[in-house]
Amino acid sequence: MGIEERESFFTTTIDSLVSWARKNSLWPMPMGISCCAIEMMASADPRFDISRFGSEVMRFSPRQSDLMIVAGTVTYKMSHVVRKIYDQMPEPKWVIAMGACTSTGGMYRTYSVVQGIDQFLPVDVYVAGCPPRPDNLLNALLEIQKKVKNGNQKSKREKIYIAE
Amino acid sequence: MKELIKKKLQEKLSDYIIDIVEFQSDLTFVIKAENLTIISKHLRDDVELEYSLRDILAIDRYTNENRFEVVYNFFSIKNKLRIFLKIKIEDAESVPTLVDVFQSANWYEREVFDMHGIKFYNHPDLRRIYMPEEFQYHPLRKEFPLMGIPNSISLPRN
Ligand code: SF4
Repeated sequence: MGIEERESFFTTTIDSLVSWARKNSLWPMPMGISCCAIEMMASADPRFDISRFGSEVMRFSPRQSDLMIVAGTVTYKMSHVVRKIYDQMPEPKWVIAMGACTSTGGMYRTYSVVQGIDQFLPVDVYVAGCPPRPDNLLNALLEIQKKVKNGNQKSKREKIYIAE
Repeated sequence: MKELIKKKLQEKLSDYIIDIVEFQSDLTFVIKAENLTIISKHLRDDVELEYSLRDILAIDRYTNENRFEVVYNFFSIKNKLRIFLKIKIEDAESVPTLVDVFQSANWYEREVFDMHGIKFYNHPDLRRIYMPEEFQYHPLRKEFPLMGIPNSISLPRN
């Protein structure tokens, strides 16, 4: 965001303003592939209400999203689709690996399932659980918000693990 | 009802049936591959039977002879009775297609081909159905390792 090279009061304030706005309007790209997607939908309902954090806008359109929630078992055949959708999202973008299948392959230790989507996607937050509770997904969202607020690239690539 | 159907089929198809197995409520006819079309045509066209095809599957017994069994699952809504036709084949032997008799056999046979590598001759479109086109192996064969063969399926570049 640098208007000037040196960090002045003006640029740092703009920076933090932009990341404040960005963090409170993370639009998820719901990559709901299997059962975890049900819990992702539940997190948008009035009881858990993801819109408290400004992320209720689940557009099935990668070009408007900045956060990909991969919720479900990613097979090798599907991995190409997931990656293509990820590539279509504009920078800056973040990824939540929701659930055991997405993070590690989970109970599907077979030839057809990718054993962890970090083999082909840069994941920011891993959420444990099969499926994770909606609260845990919200927790992951808050972690992403912290990352966005800090803004710098170094912390962006740091991985966060959320226990069950 | 079941006894009646069994008797009827036995009479009509006695030349084609090698063996009849009855286990619990399952009725299985072991047949030769070349007679499959005739028998299934009869099952379909006989007004008292009116069988339709429900599924095709294969079993890998991993033995030296008669390694594979192809099982055809027929169900008659009219009689509420299910029967199975079973063909025993060797490794690399192929089976005639059933697409001319039942259109729905098309994808079932593709599935069996994909998973077991059993070829169905005269099939109009024998391609893989689950695994990627460029995949080399057949996952439900017993010699295929559970976790697959490393790098046999491509991942997107990171
Ligand atoms: S982690 Fe569990 S709930 Fe989630 S997709 Fe896998 S099997 Fe389904």
